[in-house]
Amino acid sequence: MNVEVLSRIQFAFTIAFHYIYPPLSIGLGLVMVLMEGMYLKTGQKVYEDMTKFYTKIFALIFGIGVATGIVMEFEFGTNWAVYSKYVGDIFGSALAAEGIFAFALESGFLGILLFGWNKVSPRVHFFSTVMVTLGSMFSAIWIVVANSWQQTPAGYHIVGEGTNARAEITDFWAMVFNPSSVERILHVWTGAFIAGAFLVVSISAYYLIRKKHVDFAQKSFRIAFYVVAISSVVQLFIGHRSAEVVAEYQPAKLAAMEGHFDSLAVADMYLFGYVDKKNEKTHGLSIPKGLTMMMHQDLTTPVRGLKSFKPEDRPTSPNIVFQTYHIMISIGMFLIALSIFGTYMLWKKKLFDQPWLLQVFAWSVLLPQIANQVGWYAAETGRQPWVVYGLLRTSDALSKAVTAEQVMFSLIMFTVIYTLLFALFIYLLNKKIKHGPYYEDHSEHSPKLKTIADNIQ
Amino acid sequence: MATFLGLDYATWWFLVIGAVFTGYAILDGFDLGAGALHLFFKKEESRRIAINAIGPVWDGNEVWLVIGGGALFAGFPAVYATVFSAFYVPFMLFLFVLILRAISIEFRSKEPMFWWRGMWDISYSLSSSMIAFLLGVVLGNLLLGIPIDKEGNFTGSLVYFLNPYSVLVGITTLSLFMMHGAIYLVMKTENRLYAKLTILVRNTTIFFIICMLLLSFYTILYVPHLASNIRANPWMFIMPILMVLSIANITREITRRNYLYAFLSSGFTVSLLLLLVAVELYPNMVVSTLDPAFNLTVHNASASEKSLKIVLIFAAVGVPLVLTYTTFVFWTFKGKVKLEEHSY
Ligand code: HDD
Ligand code: HEM
Ligand code: HEM
Repeated sequence: MNVEVLSRIQFAFTIAFHYIYPPLSIGLGLVMVLMEGMYLKTGQKVYEDMTKFYTKIFALIFGIGVATGIVMEFEFGTNWAVYSKYVGDIFGSALAAEGIFAFALESGFLGILLFGWNKVSPRVHFFSTVMVTLGSMFSAIWIVVANSWQQTPAGYHIVGEGTNARAEITDFWAMVFNPSSVERILHVWTGAFIAGAFLVVSISAYYLIRKKHVDFAQKSFRIAFYVVAISSVVQLFIGHRSAEVVAEYQPAKLAAMEGHFDSLAVADMYLFGYVDKKNEKTHGLSIPKGLTMMMHQDLTTPVRGLKSFKPEDRPTSPNIVFQTYHIMISIGMFLIALSIFGTYMLWKKKLFDQPWLLQVFAWSVLLPQIANQVGWYAAETGRQPWVVYGLLRTSDALSKAVTAEQVMFSLIMFTVIYTLLFALFIYLLNKKIKHGPYYEDHSEHSPKLKTIADNIQ
Repeated sequence: MATFLGLDYATWWFLVIGAVFTGYAILDGFDLGAGALHLFFKKEESRRIAINAIGPVWDGNEVWLVIGGGALFAGFPAVYATVFSAFYVPFMLFLFVLILRAISIEFRSKEPMFWWRGMWDISYSLSSSMIAFLLGVVLGNLLLGIPIDKEGNFTGSLVYFLNPYSVLVGITTLSLFMMHGAIYLVMKTENRLYAKLTILVRNTTIFFIICMLLLSFYTILYVPHLASNIRANPWMFIMPILMVLSIANITREITRRNYLYAFLSSGFTVSLLLLLVAVELYPNMVVSTLDPAFNLTVHNASASEKSLKIVLIFAAVGVPLVLTYTTFVFWTFKGKVKLEEHSY
């Protein structure tokens, strides 16, 4: 395998792994703000227990999010040197803003959130929780702005030629508010709210199935479930807006997402199917004229298909774009259905005694995770063959000084450490959940272990 | 080029980056140093205290590195791209130990088993030491210069970065952080651990001074071009002189057991060292050993003026904010460490 393929695999792998954690941090942060807010308002102990319990889970997730985030900041320079020079003027300022305005905020107040319970007043503690959550949301803004710029560049001009060409800022706000950034930030935030809040829903459902910590679980379930339900419905509208932006600014990507080949025709919308790149055909179940209807609200306006693009400008793996996009939409629809049904059951006061429904809630925690992952896959593979859409090809963006062996080495290294990390994460998460909210520190309360550890030296 | 208070934007940004990395070295320096010393503490309770001494702040400290990386990317994309791709292998190792360290701190307290904690203690300590060492190695290479061609592409071999000078800078960095970390820990501990740390403070300070002397001689004898800026501007001799005084002051404060002052002094030493580096390099950022014409300088490698202006505004707004809440956090956790329910 060559440097390009290896670097792409490595980047995709490291960022996909990173992206398991940020949505959980952001969504869980929001739920914790609600919980601690309830505690300040009502003074009930159960809300305090809740906040403390989820803080411990948050710490675990956040810690891995931080540890894996730094990797990509370095990877731009190590693996994509030409890209870094090309976009540095623009991308760099977003990344710098992220560090100064977002990361410093979240990491600074994290210390107080985790360790400050007995050091600061409840209000100051609550303030820290809010700051950590805001910090993580801000960091999503800047990184998604940077990514959106590479999807739909704006506010720049190109200086230099050949290998020296690079994009320079001409209009900062046009760069920040490039055509896709607002929609995509909202979409990413909402996706994160769903993912993080669903973790709480799932854990609560698990306790309810086991009939453990019932009051605690019902109260946490409600808080988190409202976040999930509202966000799921909102997500459909934001997602639809995103699709319209893609249609306007990245028509080749939209054609791949929808598996639409004909140059210019009224287009069907596939519910599921398979994109045959070789024969330029999509097989599957479709709603006639559906895509035209979605995009133009009529049945006659044609939509551009893949054949209207030069072969070298078409997304390299249209089937992956198609499948990942469709998985996301299906999950989105399922979550909406589940939210509506759940709200109805909650309203009828029947939700908590339906073990099967609780099982569904307990397991569905995986769905928003998957949707977040495949959403990015669709957005990023749909952007190919460009790294900066229409300006810089992925194959031109590589570091010239780096060899395939080196990338192989680092890829293996990341695979090993991330596998280990993930296994430990699942193990510890599981353990914390099993242990329940009334967690006591082992080492302090089991004198035997403590003396062994102390005396062994 | 547009200027502000007589300096052009690129030079201002060079100073900002220098300040951010200095902040990083002072802050993360003490928690890396504390990590490097970790295995010297034998008892479980001592180890827990040592970890909790940095517990609430290490993550915030590390953010300075993240900001520094972003700031370099923003202001000098060509330097960022060249240095990071040239040192692919050391940077990947660096990332590896950085991840390992974060998870060691995180996971260690989660299980009570002796082997579990022992395992994370070792990985925590080794990774902390490696981070300090690798940072020094990269710095050493930047001081020496690296073989980059006209396009800014590295042409050296895979193990080029492990030259004797850079290794010595790596070890010196480690010794500096160990001293800095020991002084920090001694301020945060009591009783027997405190007594033990007073000895460690003394030993690490001696270790640092030896490394520093070796490094200075090596530089003067074998890398004379590094002092050319200073030789050209005699008033700059004040810097090495201040450095000697500052190091002498560390030893003085240590013997008087004024550890807060010793800590401030070692922080000051860190800043002076990095200031010296900046002065020796400026206006170069990456020196090419192939041809001085290929050097990346503050001026030929910088982002556009517009971009620099934007990030300078960011820094002017952001850095005071960061300093405010950093201070607030340190203030909240001031005093000796007490283990409690929420500790690691
Ligand atoms: C939607 C949000 C999102 C996305 C798309 C990304 N990140 Fe991230 N990142 C976060 C949201 C986030 C966060 C929520 O702010 C994290 C995760 C958990 C955490 O602790 O902070 C974080 C942590 C984090 C850190 C550690 C910060 C610290 O030390 O506190 C770095 C350096 C990065 N990220 C860098 C990146 C880069 C270079 C990305 C893209 C290529 C990226 N992240 C994608
Ligand atoms: C918002 C921050 C992000 C930025 C700045 C970003 C940027 C990049 C860059 C520079 C590449 C390498 C060049 C290329 O292959 O085109 C890439 C590839 C990729 N990224 Fe992203 N990315 C971001 C978020 C994500 C997330 C969160 C995911 C997944 C969870 C993701 C999935 C991928 C995949 C799958 C590839 C490989 C695409 C391919 O090679 O076909 N990206 N991205
Ligand atoms: C309900 C219907 C949904 C629609 C119509 C929709 C639409 C879209 C579209 C068009 C994109 C590509 C945007 C681009 O390439 O610029 C996208 C990306 C994405 N989607 Fe969705 N989506 C939906 C549901 C969801 C859900 C439920 C989640 C997660 C819980 C999610 C998470 C994401 C993520 C993380 C991305 C990548 C970031 C981005 O490009 O905005 N989506 N979505």
